[in-house]
Amino acid sequence: MILAEQEESRILVETENLKKYFKVAGGQLHAVDGVNLRIRRGKTLGIVGESGCGKSTIGRTILRLIEPSGGDIRYEGKSIINLNNSAMREMRKKMQIIFQDPYSSINPRMSVIELIAEFMIVNRQYATKAQCFNKAAQLMDVVGLARRLANVYPHELDGGRRQRIGIARALSLEPEFIVCDEPVSALDVSIQAQILNLLMDLQKEKGLTYMFITHNLSVVKHISSEIAVMYLGKCVEKATSAQLFEEPKHPYTKALLTAIPEPDIAMRKKEIIVIKGEVTSPINPKPGCRFAPRCDYCQEICWREEPAYKEVKEQHFVACHFSG
Amino acid sequence: MTETILEVKDLEVQYKTELETVYAVNGISFRLNEGETLGIVGETGAGKTTTALSVLRLLPERVSFIPKGEIYFQGQNLLEMKENELRKIRGEKIAMIFQDPMTSLNPVMTVGEQILEALIFHRAEKAEKAELEKRVDEVLTMVGIAADRKADYPHQFSGGMKQRVVIAMALACEPELLIADEPTTALDVTIQAQVLLMIRNLRDRLKTAMIMITHDLGIVAQTCDNVAVMYAGELIESGTAEDIFCAEKHHPYTEGLFGSIPSLRVYTERLNPIAGLMPDPTERNPGCKFAPRCPKVMAICRSSHPEDAVENTHRIKCHLYSDGITDPRKEEERL
Repeated sequence: MILAEQEESRILVETENLKKYFKVAGGQLHAVDGVNLRIRRGKTLGIVGESGCGKSTIGRTILRLIEPSGGDIRYEGKSIINLNNSAMREMRKKMQIIFQDPYSSINPRMSVIELIAEFMIVNRQYATKAQCFNKAAQLMDVVGLARRLANVYPHELDGGRRQRIGIARALSLEPEFIVCDEPVSALDVSIQAQILNLLMDLQKEKGLTYMFITHNLSVVKHISSEIAVMYLGKCVEKATSAQLFEEPKHPYTKALLTAIPEPDIAMRKKEIIVIKGEVTSPINPKPGCRFAPRCDYCQEICWREEPAYKEVKEQHFVACHFSG
Repeated sequence: MTETILEVKDLEVQYKTELETVYAVNGISFRLNEGETLGIVGETGAGKTTTALSVLRLLPERVSFIPKGEIYFQGQNLLEMKENELRKIRGEKIAMIFQDPMTSLNPVMTVGEQILEALIFHRAEKAEKAELEKRVDEVLTMVGIAADRKADYPHQFSGGMKQRVVIAMALACEPELLIADEPTTALDVTIQAQVLLMIRNLRDRLKTAMIMITHDLGIVAQTCDNVAVMYAGELIESGTAEDIFCAEKHHPYTEGLFGSIPSLRVYTERLNPIAGLMPDPTERNPGCKFAPRCPKVMAICRSSHPEDAVENTHRIKCHLYSDGITDPRKEEERL
């Protein structure tokens, strides 16, 4: 029993001081700036933040689809940062990604079944092509695509079905870890709920581990076991889903949570913490706390010193000078 | 008694191409009083934007047709108006804000010139240029932009700021009706909160009537007095915000919409989405549009189109309520 628990809490993916800077005209754009994350096997880590906070860059950097500028990424405890191309290709069978807009990530001239079989054929997952197509047909059942759609082209399908293709492709190599980069953001709510249910069912069935990137707070709360809140390349707060929504500590998280319009008219009187101003530039950021220019509680120290990312409660990390 | 500012009666809109006819709006009726806000909520393809565009008569020419219906603005039928009469209403009495601010801003004009342009067009005979310039400063300040930024071009503003410029433009002529089509969909949550708060405050101060088109039930709950739920070109449920968010009886589609949103307060293991997809808008079936996806479907739903069941302000277009929208408690008493 204890063994099983240890097994469950084992860390599958871990980043240490992960950095990604992009060279731009004005200097260095700090897209991801020293992020430490741990994702447990079979769990979902939600990454939430507004546009430009570096959440998609993190997802891609972890898969080394873009190379990190510094720090370490470990998969099952082993660093993958120095793996060569062919070793990385092997790794990627275990680590997959689902994109926001599946239409821009698939070849419009391939039919549904070809798209789903593509990775298996390229990676010689099965001995013959026929076997790959067989498996692809089974995957269509798994993700809820009717088999009669096998020979249609993606432009004939709606967004929800296209996203199901994206999911089937990500599943085709039987990965353990999937980065879901805004997989439901382009979909209508009723279709969004279908896809969320599918992702959660698949997780239960196959023991998948997700990193779920989104800007939608109610979605992230629903699907995640843990949530990391990002602001301008930094993880400002991380806690279990329940803890974060009950006791947000960072001023940014607090504002973010009250900013959501809730479908409940009793909440009309809810006091909204409106943060002043807009996100400052991530190019050559100034020292000190990134949130300081917009923060209501900002003190002199916030401009001078960058707050440490510390554990204020069990499993609850915050990077703020004035938290707990 | 407040006056009705806008009344839409049995409006139908179709888009015709050589190949097919799209039935975008199929007989909707609603009424908006002065100073009130109506939320039109629905998913992609429900006909929300088409409804808004037909009020302003901005539907694409040649492909769009309004075979039936009347739209009364302050007692005048907009659909029978001539183009030059309409121009006095568009922008001056009815203004519209679109989802993507960049599509309604001219990239090669400064934002000040663009606001001024609207004022000159609608107000020139009444005022001097200097006065109009002053008005530009006023509206910019009103939406929270420093007046000295009026010499900047749209690309120098962020998404949230651009949307503020568009709102300033829309409000410059003090319209009596403001139609906002997904005004905050392209914005981040914290910026959305800023813009929504601003829209609400301005509306309350200027007493502008408003139609808020959105797919987000949260926005509707926080900003609207009345709500209309659209599905496949029909208003399937409407009423006051209390009717939609507090009453017990709803259209199965409305129930599905609520079941699809993950709650922030209650933990749910699974969402209850609506199965299937929106029907093909090029087909017309005799029955209820929602029947193929409805979990409570009955035989009659497939053959006959439901009428509105009405209880005070609450209307539901569903056969389930053909005996009226009675409270379950009252029903028990009756039994």
